Amino acid sequence: MQTVPRKRTGNGIIFSQKAAPYIFVSPFILSFLLFFLYPSISTIIMSFQEVLPGETKFIGVENYKKLLNPHFYAALRNTTIYTIWTLIILIPLPLVLAVILNSKAIPGRNFFRSAYFIPALTSTIVVGVVFRLIFGELESAPANTLLKWLGLPPQQWTMHWGTGMFLMVFLASWKWLGVNILYFLSGLQNIPKELYESAEMDGAGAFRKFFYITLPLLKPVVIYVLTISIFGGFRMYEESFVFWQNQSPGDIGLTLVGYIYQEGFMNNDMGFGSAVGIVLLIIVFVINIIQLKVTGAFRKEG
Amino acid sequence: MKKWSLLLLVLFMAVSTFLAGCSGDSSNSGQSSKGANGATKLTLWTFGEQHAKFFEFMADEWNKTHPDKKIQLETTTYPYDDMHNKLLLSLQSGVGAPDIVDIEISRFSNYLKGKPQLVELNDIIDPVKDKAIQSRFDIYSKDGKYYGIDFHVGATVIYYNKELLDKAGVNPDEIVTWDDFREAGKKVVSATGKPMMTIETDGPWTYWPLVVQQGSDFYDKDGKVILDKDINIKTLTFLKQLLDEKIAIAAPGGNHHAEEYYGFMNKGGAASVVMPMWYMVRFTDYMPDLKGKIIIKPMPKWTADGKRSAGMGGTGTAITNQCKNVELAKEFLAFAKLSKEANIQIWKQLGFDPIRWDVWSDSALKEPNKYTEYFGDYIFDVLMSVKDEINSPTVTENTPKMNELVVQTVLYKVLKEKSMSPEQALKKVADEMRKQ
Repeated sequence: MQTVPRKRTGNGIIFSQKAAPYIFVSPFILSFLLFFLYPSISTIIMSFQEVLPGETKFIGVENYKKLLNPHFYAALRNTTIYTIWTLIILIPLPLVLAVILNSKAIPGRNFFRSAYFIPALTSTIVVGVVFRLIFGELESAPANTLLKWLGLPPQQWTMHWGTGMFLMVFLASWKWLGVNILYFLSGLQNIPKELYESAEMDGAGAFRKFFYITLPLLKPVVIYVLTISIFGGFRMYEESFVFWQNQSPGDIGLTLVGYIYQEGFMNNDMGFGSAVGIVLLIIVFVINIIQLKVTGAFRKEG
Repeated sequence: MKKWSLLLLVLFMAVSTFLAGCSGDSSNSGQSSKGANGATKLTLWTFGEQHAKFFEFMADEWNKTHPDKKIQLETTTYPYDDMHNKLLLSLQSGVGAPDIVDIEISRFSNYLKGKPQLVELNDIIDPVKDKAIQSRFDIYSKDGKYYGIDFHVGATVIYYNKELLDKAGVNPDEIVTWDDFREAGKKVVSATGKPMMTIETDGPWTYWPLVVQQGSDFYDKDGKVILDKDINIKTLTFLKQLLDEKIAIAAPGGNHHAEEYYGFMNKGGAASVVMPMWYMVRFTDYMPDLKGKIIIKPMPKWTADGKRSAGMGGTGTAITNQCKNVELAKEFLAFAKLSKEANIQIWKQLGFDPIRWDVWSDSALKEPNKYTEYFGDYIFDVLMSVKDEINSPTVTENTPKMNELVVQTVLYKVLKEKSMSPEQALKKVADEMRKQ
């Protein structure tokens, strides 16, 4: 008599239709609570505090007031310009390359597809070491040898703002080109062939097909890539780290995330670091909302 | 209601697996646990492979002489940044810190902010204070309490490339003041076409020692910003002049630790470099072609009665407040870093100028090793001659930030970009730091 109901409740929990969804989503909910919501909330709280061992106290908006300094502006400027450059390069170029790689007429296209993708598999830090050697300061460094070949003066790549920005954008482009090609390729494969066939019957050339069929139908993928590229640009850290290890002269390589790291960990000012983080969050949020509004991603369409 | 109880149950189950994982972890790192042979376990973090080897060696020595208080030293070597950040977080959160830890001087003050999470070491330092360079303890102190013990003095010297000086007919012994140095530099440049010295534009190791050498600093003893003091402006102007007159060049790679720099110097790129004693190992390991060609001299003076060295750099070994056997850790630390034997080993194994000057004349320091082979056996004679001329910098809570700004703003804008005058740049940074 006693064992029966207990067995039933046991089964009841395991097989209950009501409990099943909770069990299935619980890993996500838990990791969300533990690793996202809790840290986010404590970051917000810490941004109003001076965090010192044993002496943590609230200091109002003092941390946010400190944000009005040239280093934060430099970080914001570098990060914004870097993001714009990656958008300019990492959306049109992969798109064109994807269209080319998608065409059956290209010989060895599987080889090129994988060749473009391989950089994404390497670690930025490892690549950075190689890049640092290539773009070394001495005249015998590979990049400077190439410049001399072309009759140009050698550069001190990591010492100037312009060349420094070039290094970061170049490294990012080299690394992420393949990934974006992959997104666009998968988008291209979903475009029905009939559309191209009928366009050809109407006498459309390659360019017309690209602008009137490929581009509009790829729009959802483009918006997706744009969104993650904006995130990627603003959270950039490694590209700057590998060249300067957070010690860039005259702040030429300082990024917002690098600034968080510098203030929070290297200068042990967690409260201020949190404030930078919150501002970064707001910036990325606002930009992406505007971007999604403008591109019309909120409207309900396929 | 039922839904909620179900949800709670699920949460409880999942959380308990998390906690089980955690508790498994913490029992592993239980610091007070005794090893199999009755030895007490002590954990130690460092960022230098050589430091770790040194401590392991000293732990073996300790166990030989203290069979009743054996320790089992567990050393872990992390990369520089990783270790300091990990330590910061574990001290901040109160769990996971090691018993003993090596903290580099430019980061040390981070750990003294607020209530120091390190153990006061006065009772082991006081007995040997008069036999060691006092200023090396001051840099790791707060309110008269000492929190770290250094490996070395870091006495700054000048390394001349004798081959280049000979070519120009310059006798290094006749270079007494920095003005002599500049004149000699002109001769070297015209005779060899090589610069007399290299200046760090992306590192503090040229400007800072020259400033400290004159008894000045970025902060005064009370922690007030004195970065824009006259001496400091003059020193930077002097460096800028050396650059403008092409007597000196900016170090290739920006600082004296860059791969480019080692290659450049190894080929006889410049006639001298000002660096602390601990730079010797970079010569022996990265510039093998200069073996026998480098001579070590005290720095040139600024005035007739000026000092000829400055104690720069350093690593303070500290005990954290999470240590379960503070007394034992202190005893071991005193043995490993303050005893006479330890100071001799610091030279033998690490090639550092040990903080206890009473060992500098010890015959053990004349024994041949890779440094005496490279430079000759007079190294400690040079050091003895400047024993009373070694100023150390003043380190405050904001030193990490100050050095960052001096290097990234002042040195870069004045020496590299040349977009600001020494006075402007120093004033600008001084004002910014005063607001901290």
